[in-house]
Amino acid sequence: MTATEPTSAAAVAEDLVIDLKLDKLWYGKFFAVRDTHVPVTRGTVTAFIGPSGCGKSTALRCLNRMNDLVDGFRFDGSVHFQSRDIYHPTIDPVAVRRYIGMVFQQPNPFATTVFKNVAFGLRLNRFRGDYEERVEHALRRAALWDEVKDKLHSSGLALSGGQQQRLCIARAIATEPEVLLMDEPCSALDPIATRRIEELMTELKERYTIVVVTHNLQQAQRVADMTGFMYVDTTQGGRTGYLVEHRPTAELFADPRAEETRQYIRGEFS
Amino acid sequence: MTDIRVQTGPQPSPERDVPVERPKLEHDLRAVRTLFDRLLTALCALLSLVAALPLFAVLWLLIERGATNFRLDMLWSLPPSGLDTTGGGFGNAILGTVYMVGIASVLAVPTGILAAIFLAEYGDGTRLAAVIRFAAKVLTGMPSILAGIFAYAMVVLATGHFSALAGGVALAVLMVPIVVLTAEQAIRAVPQKMKDAAVGMGATSAQVVMRVTLPTAMPSVLTGVMLAIARAAGETAPLLFTAQFSNYWLRLDRLEDTASLAVLIYQFSGSPYEHQIEMAWTAALVLVLLVLLFNIAGQVLAARSDHSRH
Amino acid sequence: MSTPSASLAQPPTAGERWMDLGLRRGAQALAVGVLVLLAAIVVEIGAVAAPAVRERGVDFLTSSTWDTNRDEFGILPHIWGTLYSSLLALLIGGTLGLAVAVFISQRFLPRRLELLLKNVVDLLAAIPSVVYGLWGIFFVIPAIRPFTAFLHEHLGFVPLFDERSPGPNMLASSLVLAIMVLPTMTAVSRDAIATVPRKLREAAFGLGATRWECILGVVLPTAATGVFGALVLAFGRALGETMALAMLLGNRNEFNVSLLAPGNTLAALIANTFPEAQDHERGVLMYAAIVLLSITLVVNMLGTAILVRSSRKAAGARP
Ligand SMILES: Nc1ncnc2c1ncn2[C@@H]1O[C@H](COP(=O)(O)OP(=O)(O)OP(=O)(O)O)[C@@H](O)[C@H]1O
Ligand SMILES: [Mg+2]
Repeated sequence: MTATEPTSAAAVAEDLVIDLKLDKLWYGKFFAVRDTHVPVTRGTVTAFIGPSGCGKSTALRCLNRMNDLVDGFRFDGSVHFQSRDIYHPTIDPVAVRRYIGMVFQQPNPFATTVFKNVAFGLRLNRFRGDYEERVEHALRRAALWDEVKDKLHSSGLALSGGQQQRLCIARAIATEPEVLLMDEPCSALDPIATRRIEELMTELKERYTIVVVTHNLQQAQRVADMTGFMYVDTTQGGRTGYLVEHRPTAELFADPRAEETRQYIRGEFS
Repeated sequence: MTDIRVQTGPQPSPERDVPVERPKLEHDLRAVRTLFDRLLTALCALLSLVAALPLFAVLWLLIERGATNFRLDMLWSLPPSGLDTTGGGFGNAILGTVYMVGIASVLAVPTGILAAIFLAEYGDGTRLAAVIRFAAKVLTGMPSILAGIFAYAMVVLATGHFSALAGGVALAVLMVPIVVLTAEQAIRAVPQKMKDAAVGMGATSAQVVMRVTLPTAMPSVLTGVMLAIARAAGETAPLLFTAQFSNYWLRLDRLEDTASLAVLIYQFSGSPYEHQIEMAWTAALVLVLLVLLFNIAGQVLAARSDHSRH
Repeated sequence: MSTPSASLAQPPTAGERWMDLGLRRGAQALAVGVLVLLAAIVVEIGAVAAPAVRERGVDFLTSSTWDTNRDEFGILPHIWGTLYSSLLALLIGGTLGLAVAVFISQRFLPRRLELLLKNVVDLLAAIPSVVYGLWGIFFVIPAIRPFTAFLHEHLGFVPLFDERSPGPNMLASSLVLAIMVLPTMTAVSRDAIATVPRKLREAAFGLGATRWECILGVVLPTAATGVFGALVLAFGRALGETMALAMLLGNRNEFNVSLLAPGNTLAALIANTFPEAQDHERGVLMYAAIVLLSITLVVNMLGTAILVRSSRKAAGARP
């Protein structure tokens, strides 16, 4: 972005935290995703919905270069984070991931204490300051503090599934990353824990930009400002996912433009 | 039976034939099969029992001949000469064994763990890793005496002295492949999702390894280390070529022949003097206890880590 | 909280990046070091053996005299003794080891007993060979003495029993050696048996097979490659085992087929002779060492390769 551009565009660019443009994406020979363009605005929650295998996780994992770990992964297009191309050769994926945190589908605490789990990211970023305060703060915001304050120094693996997932959220937000990616964060949880985490997302979006993948349409409606619907194209013989539409959540659910969206939403609700 | 059937009906239908014939046939067959099955089971049980007996036979004799003569001051006395009929011990041999196993551990454990990190993480799936793993497996089966000759050629001939250092190098050669292979298994067992979590937070690959993978794998890695130490502590043949034996205390300020429990047992076992033979048994008891201690510590660690992972 | 929204995130420092590179390179270097170690062992032992190899040539392998005073050395009896004792040990230890492997993997016993038996056999591997040697001298040799006397007396016309020593002998050595290779045999063949898919066993049971029909007809044939690999590895262990044989075989440098007579093996020869040997005899021993190295290396590589292949096949067969 250069200064010569119109002010309004600059203002938009300022608010544009992530700009995802996947034209074609492959895992080895498998053509997995095409034509998925999603701009993400600061301070919003964006949800990806769609049938299994349509590439939601793939799109999400492009945002912090987790897909780099997959052999044979490559794509045409670009991903910009704060106007910088994060796939540019000079960019260090490790650095990117420090600014764009991630919560995974399965809770994955480290085999160490609750406290050390949360402090992990702080240590990575060479935080010098009051660890206890930071850890407590993160646990409070993840709505876990009351449940674990007496067992901060026992194993994180000894918590229940829902608690583990909130621990992972606390761990991800302890370093205050700019963006939080969540891949079906509630799929392993019961309805009460799910509710908790949804509330948490609404609270967290004050400070973070959140991108979440979910199978639960009600959840998308409850938490997301924008929703992207992805679908699988089987017409060319393969199973290639693509973005059907990406619009404000209320609009998308009230008045889906594409037939696929309409059917998917109806199928889920009926 | 056939008579009855012939009398009741001249044309026995096939449907009736089957139920009459089958029980008879099956009964015979079953008897043979069952007998065969039982017999083989009994044989297998007997062979297993025979296989288990030597452990108890060895332990029994060790206790009978070793424990009865045990005196605490043996742990800090020098070996008896052939003319002594009482007293003496194997303090210098214990010290020598501990010292040489220590040298070997310092050399082998970090080396082995780092090499395992390469096999399980960085080089996973590469041809190089496969070749190195193969080499490590071949090394575990290499006769220990050859490790001794290798260290003899490398260290003894180079320094001009038999020494604890040479002994340590020989034992290290034996420990490295064990540590490599067990540590690789342990590192592989760390769930991918834990590593993903660290990667997702922006840990460099070194940070993932040092802060997540290795600490998580550590109990099982230590199990392998314990096994390797136990093996090294009991080795005799490699020390014959490297440390030989000494009747005096270990000296750290120069390279010279060094005593070890294993070599002491070997030498005294062939002794014409009853007192030295008794000493061999007691030393064997101490050595076996030492080795079992490390084995059991390894087992406990393994059980512990299994437990914590579920 | 003061400005909690200020991100703590920082890019990795140069130091962290160097660490990263350092660990990667260091790990790789040490891993390659394992390969180098194997090569160095071959080269080093080859180098110290070279003078004797050059001087004595093939005669050394085919001659049966070992006479220090006349400077005549040959290791044919030792090669024979090594193979003989190892094959005998394999015959006994292999059978027992396979029996245990089957017994602890085919649900003959409750879980806890299986584990107990497995641990007992594993502990056999933990006992140092010098302790086996000691045990052999003071327990096995005296224990089988009446038996060997009986054999010699009544079956002395059979070459296997035609010469007898009441002290160290081949039979006692092989028995102890069998105990020492048993854990290897058990552990490796048990692993091979464990890779047989449950489905196959269930299929056999579904057809009405008895337990042993299933084991002999399905499990063992499927695991055959792995069991064979186990035998080869156990054989390799036996070939290189030193102390027990150095203590039990009697150190006699003569060719003999009698089970009841003393003999010698390559490893035992080196271990027994080296400490008191003069320099020129040490050179000769190094020649024996390179022969031992060559034999065991070939056997071990063969066994390992068989096991790598069979486990790869098993992994591929699994759905
Ligand atoms: N590591 C990988 N290697 C090869 N193919 C992959 C890999 N990960 C995903 N795929 C393929 O890419 C496609 C999209 O996968 P992705 O995981 O993104 O789907 P998803 O929409 O998240 O599905 P779900 O809702 O089931 O999680 C699928 O066909 C999948 O098989
Ligand atoms: Mg997914």
